[in-house]
Amino acid sequence: MAIIDPRHAARQLIYERVFRSATLTAAILVLLILGGVSLSLLRGAWPAVSHFGLSFVTREVWNPVTDQYGALAPIYGTIVTSLIAMVLAVPTGFGIALFLTELCPPLLKRPIGVAVELLAAVPSIIFGIWGLFVLAPLLQRHVQPWLIQHFSHIPGVGKLFMGPPYGIGILTAGVVLAIMVLPFIAATMRDVFDTVPPMLKESGYGLGATTWEVIWKVVVPHSRVGIVGGVMLGLGRALGETMAVTFVIGNAHRISSSLLAPGTTISSSIANEFTEAVGDLYTSSLIALGLLLFIITFAVIAVAQAMLRGLERRAVSSV
Amino acid sequence: MNRRTFRKMKNGAFLGLSLIATLIGLACLTAILWTLVSHGVAGMSTQLFTQMTPPPGSKGGLLNAIYGSAIMTLLGILIGWPIGVLAGTYLAEYGRDSRLSTAIRFINDVLLSAPSIIIGLFIYETVVVRMGHFSALAGALALAVLAIPITLRVTEDMLNLVPIGLKDSSAALGAYPWRTTLSVLYPAARSGIVTGLLLAIARISGETAPLLFTALNNQFWSKDLLAPMANLPVVIFQFALSPYKDWQNLAWAGALIITATILILSISARVLLALLQGKQGAGR
Repeated sequence: MAIIDPRHAARQLIYERVFRSATLTAAILVLLILGGVSLSLLRGAWPAVSHFGLSFVTREVWNPVTDQYGALAPIYGTIVTSLIAMVLAVPTGFGIALFLTELCPPLLKRPIGVAVELLAAVPSIIFGIWGLFVLAPLLQRHVQPWLIQHFSHIPGVGKLFMGPPYGIGILTAGVVLAIMVLPFIAATMRDVFDTVPPMLKESGYGLGATTWEVIWKVVVPHSRVGIVGGVMLGLGRALGETMAVTFVIGNAHRISSSLLAPGTTISSSIANEFTEAVGDLYTSSLIALGLLLFIITFAVIAVAQAMLRGLERRAVSSV
Repeated sequence: MNRRTFRKMKNGAFLGLSLIATLIGLACLTAILWTLVSHGVAGMSTQLFTQMTPPPGSKGGLLNAIYGSAIMTLLGILIGWPIGVLAGTYLAEYGRDSRLSTAIRFINDVLLSAPSIIIGLFIYETVVVRMGHFSALAGALALAVLAIPITLRVTEDMLNLVPIGLKDSSAALGAYPWRTTLSVLYPAARSGIVTGLLLAIARISGETAPLLFTALNNQFWSKDLLAPMANLPVVIFQFALSPYKDWQNLAWAGALIITATILILSISARVLLALLQGKQGAGR
């Protein structure tokens, strides 16, 4: 039997306490960061919030000269660009996830999966310059004239496609966002589809169902919660995305009925104007925009995480 | 048309659509990489790595921006990575299923997806306003805050992969948890933890939004951590949006450098992870 030196044991206990407190402190720091973010945004936004009150979120005016600020145009732009992104990215992401889990030859499964994940690793500023120099001219020359020609005279819907094809604008920003969130949605859905027990699928096939019927009637119902969670996670990304949008949105503080017109989003307003903002009220209004964005994205991401909870957590694919 | 044919056709149509969706995804990646390479290579030269960012209309390089990005990323990692690893260790080894750990895990997942521009505003309010001016240090702190969630997540996942028998053996020998963690768990999860490091570097080295109003930018060579410092993402942002052809070319070259760096880091992380999983037999 080993002889235990009491001093050695005491020292071990001290090391243990030190190490434990170090890890605990680091863990609590994560909570403090969130608290610090909320508090500092609240404090920075306070002058604007107390000055404009609720009218801050209901007015469209944004005029640094007369010091009048309203967040309606950025809020509108943020929501509409994100909606366009989701309309385009959700079906495409679903298709990719479906292809990867059900159709893809095993040999190609990993390379294609990794390629989609690499798209997620490309920094947002790259999407921004690509959107400005490649995608915007492409849409301007080929897609937008077609939209104007075929849709602008339809009553109701037509309003969305009126005006000249600028290239940059709400629609282009939505398309760039769609490409950016696509890998997140595809990767989450793929992971969710992978959790469906093979037995369930085999039972479907055993009854003579086609691949699509198994997917639509077995896989999708089984992974419903995870699918919605993945979509919400993508939405959270789209709402807060800054650089990619800033390049192609056109930065106009107004609400146009046309999707082809330039607009602005919360994050691109902050990115464009923050360093140039003169005066406390201007800066504070921009921080108030940040606070709004923080509240919206926090809610969306929190719901997404709550829904994805319990499903297998995969670190790498969500980066 | 009988029902069977209809079902078969419907099946074929949807599977075809899913193939098209995948091709669209791959086409986007290819298009972006192709644009980057074709524009970026044209701007590549040795000047890029030996000269400072030029005023409009004259030739120059990106040396100060590359240096600034490297320094701020390094500092950000030096601050953020240890915190992330320690916090991940707490969740995996001490906290486990306690209420505090559940809350931290949840908040961390939220921070992982939170818009980075918000973090920039946070550091602006807490650091830049206090100091009275923009600085490289503030930029590094913003990057550190962004590096923590991803490091924490990967570290916790990787520590949970270590076979429980190893931990039990160490405990049976009378080792305290700290000893077990340092001498058994960390070495066993080494490649996983390095993966986390690579992913954290990849995550923060392309970040632009949080640097816009923390580190700002600097036209000149600066080593002063307390002064504004040039960095690749912000230089790309400014130069790409400028009307000058020289600047735009530099922006493309910078974009190629950043993307290549990040893709190499991400691919290495995946290769490491694949090796790790191979070593442990089946996947997770």
